[in-house]
Amino acid sequence: MSEIVQIRHGVYVDSVSLMQVSRDVGATPGVTAALVAMATELNLELMRGMGFSADEPTIPNDLLVALRADNDDALAAGLVAVDSTLAALRSAGASSGGFGAPPPPRTLRSAVRAGGANLALISVPGSSATAEAFDALDAGVSVMLFSDNVPVADEVALKTAAGERDLLVMGPDCGTAVVGGVALGFANAVRRGSVGLVAASGTGAQQVMCLLDAAGVGMSHCLGVGGRDLSAAVGGRSTLQALDALAADEATTSIVVVSKPPAAEVLAAVEAHAATLGRPVHWAILGPGRPDLTASTEAALTADGHSVPRWPAWRGVDADAPVPGALRGLFCGGTLADEAMLVAAEALGDIASNIPLRPELALGADLRSPGHVVIDFGDDALTQGRAHPMIDPTLRMERIAAEAADPTCGVLLLDLVLGYGSHPDPAAELAAAIGAARASAAAEGRELPVVVSLTGVEGDPQGLTTCAEALAAAGASVFVSNAAATRHAIRQLAVAGKES
Amino acid sequence: MADAPLRGLLTADPSVATAGVSLFADALRAQAVPVTEVDWRPPLAGTEAALARVLADPRREAANALAFERLTTAGSDLVDVRPASEVLGLEKGQFLHAGPPLEWDRASGPMKGGLIGAMLFEGLAQTPEEAEAALAAGRGISLEPCHHHGAVGPMAGVVSPSMWMFVLRDEAHDGTAYCSLNEGLGKVLRYGAYGPEVIERLRWMTAVLGPLLQQAVRAAGPVDIRAIIAQMLQMGDEGHNRNRAGTLMFLREILPALIAADAPSSDIAEAVRFVGANDHFFLNLDMPACKLATQAAAGIPGSTMVTTMARNGTDFGIRVSGTGDQWFTGPANTPEGLFLGSFGPEDANPDIGDSAITETGGIGGFAMAAAPAIVRFVGGDVPFALRTTATMYEITLGEHPAFQVPILEFRGTPAGIDVVKVVRTGVLPQINTGMAGAVAGVGQVGAGLVNPPEQCFTSAVKALAATCG
Repeated sequence: MSEIVQIRHGVYVDSVSLMQVSRDVGATPGVTAALVAMATELNLELMRGMGFSADEPTIPNDLLVALRADNDDALAAGLVAVDSTLAALRSAGASSGGFGAPPPPRTLRSAVRAGGANLALISVPGSSATAEAFDALDAGVSVMLFSDNVPVADEVALKTAAGERDLLVMGPDCGTAVVGGVALGFANAVRRGSVGLVAASGTGAQQVMCLLDAAGVGMSHCLGVGGRDLSAAVGGRSTLQALDALAADEATTSIVVVSKPPAAEVLAAVEAHAATLGRPVHWAILGPGRPDLTASTEAALTADGHSVPRWPAWRGVDADAPVPGALRGLFCGGTLADEAMLVAAEALGDIASNIPLRPELALGADLRSPGHVVIDFGDDALTQGRAHPMIDPTLRMERIAAEAADPTCGVLLLDLVLGYGSHPDPAAELAAAIGAARASAAAEGRELPVVVSLTGVEGDPQGLTTCAEALAAAGASVFVSNAAATRHAIRQLAVAGKES
Repeated sequence: MADAPLRGLLTADPSVATAGVSLFADALRAQAVPVTEVDWRPPLAGTEAALARVLADPRREAANALAFERLTTAGSDLVDVRPASEVLGLEKGQFLHAGPPLEWDRASGPMKGGLIGAMLFEGLAQTPEEAEAALAAGRGISLEPCHHHGAVGPMAGVVSPSMWMFVLRDEAHDGTAYCSLNEGLGKVLRYGAYGPEVIERLRWMTAVLGPLLQQAVRAAGPVDIRAIIAQMLQMGDEGHNRNRAGTLMFLREILPALIAADAPSSDIAEAVRFVGANDHFFLNLDMPACKLATQAAAGIPGSTMVTTMARNGTDFGIRVSGTGDQWFTGPANTPEGLFLGSFGPEDANPDIGDSAITETGGIGGFAMAAAPAIVRFVGGDVPFALRTTATMYEITLGEHPAFQVPILEFRGTPAGIDVVKVVRTGVLPQINTGMAGAVAGVGQVGAGLVNPPEQCFTSAVKALAATCG
């Protein structure tokens, strides 16, 4: 056992640093007790408590070094450690890298403040989405709420709060919006123009904006409102706000409202309000007995004095003769799936689906049926704990392969939606899957025609023509009009010919 | 276009804040749109439904604005120094302690030590063993939180009738708060020590220091404690683990009156030496100042602001404005930090003391950037101090108008802890603290940093949700 007590004069180090020095020196192998501290009354008492004694008188500005170790070598090592740790303290400042970056914002309110944002885009899991959206509204900005699985009561509360603050909640489950030419979520790089969209449907809005673009007509804004906005529960709260905003917007000269099948009384109320705006309002409302989105867009173009073009299409390999089997529509876009069912039901009758036109047509949990089937892979139930199929297409890819091996599958109808937010190179992967599906069906003696509804514009990051040509090269027929794609698919089926 | 619909959304150049999938932020950057991404994390487990209810509560915004306004406008004038028996009406056998309510059986070492010392000091027992037996039996003994009497106490926070108390007034909200006189560091009652030197010091404080301070404060006062806090933050103190500048400024305020006091000059000299040498003397003044501020903000229906954080050495407890006097407790964590002499982590008691009222009031750990010297307690560096304060802005309602941090361009300290933000972000309040020895009688063993347990905040949010219509 060896020990030493040193009194060093004229050395001042703050007490916190010295506690750290004591700790580091105490960790030297063989050192059993270490105190490096200014000689204050408290520290002298501590030192005595540790069994050391100092003979020399001290003042509080002296530095005490008290060490005890197993042997002389360890004691010497401890003293070296005292000097090197004190030296390191002095050099730390010289090598400091500045004050460091501030931490990133942890809430929307703080992000809005830090960046001066005027809009919040929320895509957190649905269970947390309501909280985030309220936070954004409290911060004074409108919200695009991409998240799904938000309870309808929360949606009503959010939209009510937003209305009181003169803010807009686009969503929940709002995939698409374009504000001031900026694409939010999934949206296409369409040309700027004077048509304003109010969309209770994401892919429906993309379909209409891409058709308008193909007709040479540009868009001012596309305000999403969420798929349930025109339901009886929500009552069109955001639609009415969006209509008023577009009617007051100088850049907007006419308005198109896009929606999946709405509640009749809500639609009537919205129509009545639209009639008071002093701007033409056109309707692209899906539903049994209503025009499809292509027809509605054509009507809007005609009413605004534009001509209707031939919609872009790329021919692939059609069936030589009508094929046996059923329609299998595998969609990522909910509204595109809806429209396909509405169009196909007129020719084919009942279509089973996970988003059925009538409840009795619902598919079971396995999503299987021997007849006509249309599946929306973007439905809430299939995206819990998983990214949207426009980002992660795995589930649909698996199903394409399964349909290729299924003799009851007559024709495959697929959608592919381009634009910001979507998969950066979706066509290559899908073309490969189409090629593989057609080849594996052919190996079993079946001809499998494939039709793709391709929603996009030339300016999209993925490139419309590039994608269409890649898909056509794999054998698919490609249409920008979803309704045209659906009709083309039906024409491949023998059963359609018999019924019509 | 201020009157354009949707606050001009369609006419302004879009600038977007995003929370969630970074793909969308990337897509916006590809369009050259300014984007601020939230570093989003899921909320503390099981709170999603309660959070949605509380955030939808229409009372919340106005209630929190009022709570914040009261918190930050509360005054704190030191008006008097008097015995606890007079100002709190405490009688022999009545003791106050730090933190949420506690029974003797569940008390930790330093809490038991502090109570044993107070028994000896009050002459209710002649030996520690006798004191402990009487406390365990509980006859003629009552234990209550300081917070239930408008008081606060650092560490064990034990207050007995003969102890002298600072009396502070918030004239703006007609509030009064009390705190005992600070005994210094090392072997002291509040760290659970009760040896003869501890009791002797307490007797001197009662016989000499208290009456002297009373004379000085009555002659020189009221002393504006809030103003001293504002200054100390600009002098390297954060008001919890570092109170050096505050102590000396307070001494400066009362020194002329102290010297002129009617007392032997040797007593005055000893009092001045004691106060000046005790770096934490001012802690017992900034704590009741923060108590005045937080109690002014208490009891506002719908407010989600924390009005108390306090520990009794066993439990950590918080109270929230919108739920009034209800405590939400969880097991206290043990601080991490540096140790005195040969003490180590195994010697430390779990978190103890009402001093987290400083963080609740917007100083202490929340003002760490003002006191970079503190960060070495956890081996941190100066950027750590800045980051700590910057992070606390994420869980607070606003910035204190009077308490500023020079290195952050005199930005106000983060003030008014919002339980909703704590639960949403999972960011827990940062508390700077001393560490008491786990064994009764040991005293202080170190100092460091600590966080409250999550469950205080999750249960508070659930209780707030239950108050929503």
